[in-house]
Amino acid sequence: MQIFNLADADQGFIDEVEARSHQNVKNCYQCGNCTAGCPYTFVYDYSVSQIMRLVQTGQKDAILKCRSIWLCGSCQSCTTRCPNKIDVARVMDVCRHMAREEGYATERSVKIFADSFLESVERHGRAYELGLMASYMTRSGRVFTDVDLAPQVLMRGKLPFKPHPIQGREQVARIFERFRKGGKNA
Amino acid sequence: MLKVAYYPGCSGQGTSLEYDTSTRAVCKALDVELMDIPDWSCCGSSPAHTVNHVLSAALSARNLAQVEAMGMTKAATPCPSCLTNLRTASHKMDDPEFKDKVNALLDVPCKNSVDTQSVLQVLAENVDPELIKGKVVKPLTGIKIACYYGCIMNRPPEVMRFDHHENPMAMDNLMALLGAEVVPFPLKVECCGASYGIPRGDIVATLSGKLLDASRDVGADAIVTACPLCQMNLDLRQGQINDALRENFRIPVFYYTQLLGYALGIDRAELGFEKLCVDPRLALGRIKQPQQAM
Repeated sequence: MQIFNLADADQGFIDEVEARSHQNVKNCYQCGNCTAGCPYTFVYDYSVSQIMRLVQTGQKDAILKCRSIWLCGSCQSCTTRCPNKIDVARVMDVCRHMAREEGYATERSVKIFADSFLESVERHGRAYELGLMASYMTRSGRVFTDVDLAPQVLMRGKLPFKPHPIQGREQVARIFERFRKGGKNA
Repeated sequence: MLKVAYYPGCSGQGTSLEYDTSTRAVCKALDVELMDIPDWSCCGSSPAHTVNHVLSAALSARNLAQVEAMGMTKAATPCPSCLTNLRTASHKMDDPEFKDKVNALLDVPCKNSVDTQSVLQVLAENVDPELIKGKVVKPLTGIKIACYYGCIMNRPPEVMRFDHHENPMAMDNLMALLGAEVVPFPLKVECCGASYGIPRGDIVATLSGKLLDASRDVGADAIVTACPLCQMNLDLRQGQINDALRENFRIPVFYYTQLLGYALGIDRAELGFEKLCVDPRLALGRIKQPQQAM
């Protein structure tokens, strides 16, 4: 069993999670309904109700270092079933944003996939599936990812070889540029 | 004739091409006019909202502004992931402060006047079931179907505002109307593993494996879905799932629009059954010929 020192509570962290998620985490009374419905618990280091408790008690380090926040699939089961109407999936998302901003990447491949995807959108205006796969494989070093699927996908014409750049791709690129200038306060 | 702005979504140009073509074909047959949003861009999908909510909303809102420029207030998309992003952006922009932050990232500001729905919702709420029934030339009699909605088309209910969040019925009702035998499927809204297929294939194998297992348990000949990512995980990755779980699933996974189009007698070229990875012929063969079905 892991023991957390409640005297170590980082009140600034609690406030920031609440402000950025627009949720009152104090409303969580640990019923465990979110965890009962969460399909991802089997790969989590902390279950979603434990994450809520760690946020409530201001355990910033434990949260930002953990695996769970990177593996949440945003399936909305927790949010839908919370008896106190806490948007739990949004709290998970905000914790992931904060972990990213502080340079954590506990599930490195998940972060690289998201980065590759957004890079593709920034460049073409739309997601270009083949290009983002190539980028993911290069950056992650996992060059054999899904090669077993290549014959099926290519034979059925499921992956176009060329991106579909749009006319407004510079407008889309500017969204990213302005976002980077504004940082987390964008 | 009902007109809605149409957002195809990026996967409709690639991995779910057959969903896009079959959606267009069934809407045409049912007098729903889909007007393509000019120069639409990616909604940001899951990766954007895992990075920042303003960025995610801005990527979606660029498209909502394009719909506004068309002079329209109603949009539809076949993809639940796009739907979730477009609707969540609208929902969050109800807060003026959030809306200002979003518009600060955009060239053309978004007024937030567009209601985006799934194509399924448009069909379920605007097309008279009797009209659909009257147009059926090949009833789906004889095939057993498990309807799988995916996790986000109906959840959370405050944002999605369509059907029931634990037991949606829109596809069940539609498939039953076409003559199919709809089997009760307990995992209708459970997650398939979403976009973790590439970075964490083990997650998709476990979660999509559960769905395939449950559909086999209830005796389904096929699964019907409304989501490109669910369809890809269940169909394209079925071989990987079999390897990971030492299973032997061979369950075809259709888009609901493919079976609707089949029943309406739409040209097979537009339905794209040949794009499916798990061979659907055995399942389609269970459909009785019209004279036998009488």
